[in-house]
Amino acid sequence: MIASRPAARPLLLATGLLLALALPWMVYPPVALDIACWALFAAALDLLLGFTGLLSFGHAAFWGTSAYVAGLIALRSGLPFPVAVLGGAASAALLALPIGYLSVRLRGIYFAMVTLAFAQMVYFVVNQWRGLTGGENGLQGVPRELFGLDLSDSFLFYYAGLPLVLLGFLAVWRIVRSPFGRVLASIRDNPARAQALGYPVDRYRLLAFVLSAALSGLAGGLFAVGHGFASLENVYWTTSGQVVMMVVLGGIGTLWGGVLGAALVVLLNDYLVTSGFEGIGIVTGAIFVIIVLVFRRGVWGTARDLVRPRSGGGRRDRPPGEADGTPARPQGVGSPV
Amino acid sequence: MDGPVLRAQGLAKEFRGFRAVDGVDLDVAEGSVHALVGPNGAGKTTLFNLLTGFLKPSAGRILLGDRDLTGRRPEQVARLGVARSFQITSLFPQLTPREHLELALAGATRLTWRFWRSDRLLGRYAGRAAELLDQVGLTAHAATPAGTLAYGHKRALELALALALDPRVLLLDEPTAGMGAEDIDRTVELVRKVRAGRTVVMVEHNMSVVSSLADRVTVLQSGKVLVEGPYAEIRHDPRVISAYLGDPHAED
Repeated sequence: MIASRPAARPLLLATGLLLALALPWMVYPPVALDIACWALFAAALDLLLGFTGLLSFGHAAFWGTSAYVAGLIALRSGLPFPVAVLGGAASAALLALPIGYLSVRLRGIYFAMVTLAFAQMVYFVVNQWRGLTGGENGLQGVPRELFGLDLSDSFLFYYAGLPLVLLGFLAVWRIVRSPFGRVLASIRDNPARAQALGYPVDRYRLLAFVLSAALSGLAGGLFAVGHGFASLENVYWTTSGQVVMMVVLGGIGTLWGGVLGAALVVLLNDYLVTSGFEGIGIVTGAIFVIIVLVFRRGVWGTARDLVRPRSGGGRRDRPPGEADGTPARPQGVGSPV
Repeated sequence: MDGPVLRAQGLAKEFRGFRAVDGVDLDVAEGSVHALVGPNGAGKTTLFNLLTGFLKPSAGRILLGDRDLTGRRPEQVARLGVARSFQITSLFPQLTPREHLELALAGATRLTWRFWRSDRLLGRYAGRAAELLDQVGLTAHAATPAGTLAYGHKRALELALALALDPRVLLLDEPTAGMGAEDIDRTVELVRKVRAGRTVVMVEHNMSVVSSLADRVTVLQSGKVLVEGPYAEIRHDPRVISAYLGDPHAED
């Protein structure tokens, strides 16, 4: 989901790839991994929020479950880390099946609340099941190995993990531009019409939900293995909130916006933490409010609108509702915030 | 004309004590154009929503041939051969007419589950989509986002979408609503063209449209069937005249 002019597309892709490769040289390597993982997480959420029209407020359940499952696989089996991460992603998809089944039939704020409630249940289970998860201590000392190669150096691990992240991005991009993605776009814009054309809307939503969860799991599993531990914070509701914030900051329904949002939030958090400032929430919150008020379509969406001529150009990368001149307003979001 | 293809028996819908549709029996003959008329609030659109599964009836049955449609979901009704258009234009604003039709044509296949393939795969319906666009006169606008189409073109796309499903029964909810005389004439021509081999049920306020298209007319009032028959018969029926004259909004 890139700028409209065909010439700009490969250029943008090349720039993104180059930045991804150069990142550990530009920032502290663990922070680089954070950016990559959160960026994939944001893109996975955007698949649901921007391209299906569902605002999930419980995606920490998938990110976090995968973090624990991937951590456990790596700890107990000694399998190479990509297997552990993929195992985590599979567990997230499996978990998404019942949660999605029970929630995709709900609309708007009810969907958001029910996904939040399920995520809190997952948090509760992870917190209580101390024997397996370590409770408040989390899962410590997760090995980072690939065929006997020690990857505990964050700089090396970044490059070992990057292919998984890129694979995740490729998957999101493919889904959005597939026949399935076209149906999702139609369901987002007009569910009743999609039904009248013979589409079982809830089943399409369910598959989108499961795919989004699997990709969130891919990101969360890599995040946990990369840092060598899984913690309760991974399944806590603030994680769900943070990823929603990243997508909204960057621009709903743009994919690149989520990437940008993730980079901004991670870098800002890192900067504030290292400066010893204690009121991080105040600063990120204020910036969030300002960006949402000034850039109605997020940073990416607004910048793209400025660059792109109003008529002609791209098709499905338009944010929802732009064609008829109304601001983007996916289901579950009461206002463009 | 053969026996009934679409039947409603004792169909009723109650909203919190208000009976919007109240025991309607309807027999739509195969191959006919059947018009539903009546003053505002007579229950025409509710009846449409019941017939297409968008509302669940409080009582009664719906039959398509000898298949029971009662309680089925909209997508199932659509796949079984009852397609509808919407009174208020209901499209996907960001998709082009061609993309609309590709979606409608692909609806019955497994193709649309393929999230790992390119959406260019839908191009295999381009030929049929082009035919339909030509039929409703939208060829020149095939690549314009539907949200920016002119009103008449949006209505034409509505019709093409319903046709793309190749339904046995085509339900048109006020196909000429809000149109100028020119667009109305074109729509009448279009319906005449597409009715071949099909059964059409239409809600319509415009009596000249009804008279030029409908084989049979059912007049609804307060959720009940007031009278039914060929247009020439019912137009002079005193009950119909009083039903319309009794309602100041009848001719809008």
